[in-house]
Amino acid sequence: MDERNYTSYIVGFISSIALTLTAFFVALRPGAFQLSGNGVFAAILVLAMVQLAVQLVSFLHLGSGEERGPRFLIFAGTIGLVLLIVIGSMWIMNHLNYNMMASPAQMRQYMNAQQGF
Amino acid sequence: MTHLLFGNLTLADLPHKWFTVGATGSIIAGGIAIAALLTYLKRWKWLWSEWLTSTDPKKIGIMYIVMAALMFFRGGLDALMIWLQQALGSGALPGFLGAAHGYLDASHFQQIFTAHGDIMVFFGTMGFLFGLMNLVVPLQIGARDLAFPFLNSLGFWLFAAGAVLINMFFVIGGDFAASGWLSLPPLSGPEYSPGAGMDYWGWSLQISGLGSLLSGINFLVTILKMRAPGMTLMKMPLFTWTSLCSSVLVVSVFPVLTVAIALLWLDRFFGMRFFTSGFGGNPMMYVNLIWIWGHPEVYILVLPSFGVFSEVVATFSHKRLFGYVSQVFAALGVSSIACLVWVHHFFTMGAGADVNAVFGISTMLIAIPSAVQVFNWIATMHRGRIVFATPMYWFLGFVSLFMFGGMAGVLLATPAADYQLHNTLFLIAHFHTMVVGVGLFGIFAGITYWFPKVFGFTLSEKWGKRAFWLWLTGFFTAFTPLYILGSMGAARRVDSYAAATGFQPLYATALAGGLLIAAAFLTQIVQVVVSILERKQNLAGGDPWDARTLEWATPSPVPFYSFASTPEVRSRDAWWEMKKDGTANAPKKYEDIELCKNTGMAIYLSGCVFLLGFALVWHILWLGVLGLAGAIVCVIVRSFDEHTEYVVTAAEVEKLEKERLGRSPS
Amino acid sequence: MNEIAIEQGRVSDKFVFGFWIYLMTDLIMFSVLFASFAVLRGATFGGPAEHQLYDLANALTETLVLLTSSFTCGLAMLAAYRGKQGQATAWFAATFALGAAFLGLELREFFAFAAAGNTPQASASLSAFFTLVGTHGLHISAGLLWMLVAIAQIRLKGLSPFVVSKLKRLSVFWHFLDIVWIFIFTIVYLMGHML
Repeated sequence: MDERNYTSYIVGFISSIALTLTAFFVALRPGAFQLSGNGVFAAILVLAMVQLAVQLVSFLHLGSGEERGPRFLIFAGTIGLVLLIVIGSMWIMNHLNYNMMASPAQMRQYMNAQQGF
Repeated sequence: MTHLLFGNLTLADLPHKWFTVGATGSIIAGGIAIAALLTYLKRWKWLWSEWLTSTDPKKIGIMYIVMAALMFFRGGLDALMIWLQQALGSGALPGFLGAAHGYLDASHFQQIFTAHGDIMVFFGTMGFLFGLMNLVVPLQIGARDLAFPFLNSLGFWLFAAGAVLINMFFVIGGDFAASGWLSLPPLSGPEYSPGAGMDYWGWSLQISGLGSLLSGINFLVTILKMRAPGMTLMKMPLFTWTSLCSSVLVVSVFPVLTVAIALLWLDRFFGMRFFTSGFGGNPMMYVNLIWIWGHPEVYILVLPSFGVFSEVVATFSHKRLFGYVSQVFAALGVSSIACLVWVHHFFTMGAGADVNAVFGISTMLIAIPSAVQVFNWIATMHRGRIVFATPMYWFLGFVSLFMFGGMAGVLLATPAADYQLHNTLFLIAHFHTMVVGVGLFGIFAGITYWFPKVFGFTLSEKWGKRAFWLWLTGFFTAFTPLYILGSMGAARRVDSYAAATGFQPLYATALAGGLLIAAAFLTQIVQVVVSILERKQNLAGGDPWDARTLEWATPSPVPFYSFASTPEVRSRDAWWEMKKDGTANAPKKYEDIELCKNTGMAIYLSGCVFLLGFALVWHILWLGVLGLAGAIVCVIVRSFDEHTEYVVTAAEVEKLEKERLGRSPS
Repeated sequence: MNEIAIEQGRVSDKFVFGFWIYLMTDLIMFSVLFASFAVLRGATFGGPAEHQLYDLANALTETLVLLTSSFTCGLAMLAAYRGKQGQATAWFAATFALGAAFLGLELREFFAFAAAGNTPQASASLSAFFTLVGTHGLHISAGLLWMLVAIAQIRLKGLSPFVVSKLKRLSVFWHFLDIVWIFIFTIVYLMGHML
């Protein structure tokens, strides 16, 4: 997408509005889409990823223009690190919470939920 | 009213303890001495316009190294105090100077080991490394400057502002943080460390951390975009490769440090609940975040040293580096795996077998690329014409320590063994072996190797070798007892042990080693002084070592424009190839050269940031607003400046070159 | 060819490239805040659950306002590339107004929370919320200040390559902030609504 024309911005803007409204509807009326529980989480995350890709390409022109190779690689590397930090922290902290439970009731509930842990 | 004006500052915060009075006195005396010298020699303007406001990486590099050496001295004094306390406090002697054991009371001892760690890591080692990178990387890639010269100057001055702030408590405040070099909560939180010392810790690290981040971005862009024509990535020298890896790590993980310290500060300043022991806070999240930064940080500290050794071994074996490609991939491998091991710093905190197993395995994997590098160096030496100059001594000392400390590391990587060894002196011995044996020895090798390039004369070989032997024997004497003590159960950060433990002879041996190291440091100062006095006998041309990489294609000392004409690179070991095919002294085609002007703006900006930091430490609202506003104004003013560069015309370059050649045969 | 001309042709290259790397470090910083939020969001210390706190209508309004400002910022850059000073200034002014409106809505939300006793000091969950969303707001504020400086530079120096390179960096910054917001409204507000 050429960074010097209106098309990329207009397409990006309209798509982003559509994706945003869809995400809000999915969160507020999951039944309309026959989704529940984890399915809703997954759906809105996917919508967010799609909007990320749309904005990266149509607003930030990732993948076109000068330096497109290095910029994309650096972005991909950063995303890798981001996922490592977020998912890694959640995984580790979830396991550590075993020793940091605030109250016996929470501890009991946690251990029951993690049977065989 | 006084609170509005002075925040939390009171008269009691002025120096009144023996060490704060002593330190303040020394700082003032030192300041007066320097000011007197400058006035007598009429060198104030020279200092400002030739050095402080310079954007030349060759000058900034020297300033970094001078500051790092000063901070290293301070950190070394802290170490001596720790050695003395532990030797005196682990026996039957009663305490003195107000301490129950030894001569330091517990709180003071805690402040000393905290300061020792932070100063050695952030200001000593990182200062030396940014200094070496500034001096060497542009020359190795055939560039005249970094990508962002102003940002380079700013990075240095932020580093300096942080260095001043971390020492500020001597003059105002009286107490430093007493919570270990990483200040884990809840001990570092508002409930257990309410004083300003803790905030000095936080803000000096934030400010110098910002400087480091800016420098990391700078070196990354420089290496990727400013190489001489023909120098592809796989033709770059190894020191540049490891500087690139180090810079990528800096850029990747310093933001994590920034946030971790910021969240702690939010707890302290605004009463938030991130790491508190109540209100839902989770101190382990800080531990998790700080080590996501902390482990890559230690690789940031040692990677450039690996690069130094690649250069030194190849040069002094008069043979090209064996296994260049595997060496590059080893550096990349070490950098990547470094980001995947952080939980090994808290195996014992209850994450469970699953988590510990994953991180134990990843930690052990790092040994593989490390070993590859050592084998490559040995293979480089094999059948080479080896000259045992001082840098080679540092390399051989490094190999012995790297083996020792590395194996201790693999042992610690086993979660089961770590349960016994975690936070004992075994750990202390391991990481000191790495940062000293690898990091520091590499820095010493690099300084010795590149000194003639920067100053035009070599350092005294005699004194260099003496310093090396004192360092090596001192280090083994000081730290072998610690490996033994740790295995026997001696915990870290403890200021005294009952005589019945039998630890004292080992601590005493460690102190003896510490004194040897102190002697080694003094020997290095003698080395510098003697070298300056004997410089006329040790003049170096552009290539005193018959070396291989591009920085040796310039005269020594390097003129301000570095390369009279941009070199064209056709292979690895570019300078060696130029010497071989006779193009080394080919007639040059001169071109106009654009360089960045000197500017005081980085100093003003850093000064404002320093004021902001000081204000935040003492909760002085008006000063903080002033500092922040000043910093923003500086940024805006700089952004309007279109004329930040000046041109040296081709004719001027030609004239300067002819003058230089007329003066010296090289 | 003149060395200086070559140098100048490469100048905007390395500034925008260097800025892109700085933005990646900013992204990592936000990821740490997201990680902290993910870990601490459940620690409400007996306070209201997330779905009781968030006003999704407000969040949707903020999202559409910021998204529109990202679009007007793009239009401002197109005008800048075409050398149209008046248009560029106007579109940046529109972006500023929308950004300020976004900030106003956010501050109103923060004050409403605080007035109801849901301060950042009340629990780890609220500390994490205020810090994540607040840091984004601080970035928006910095962007607004930068926009004022940028408009001044357009008026005083016109749309020279020097100025356009800086505008490019500003617009990349602004787009980046909208991208971070996608994840804030998804992970904080939408997911929070379901927890």
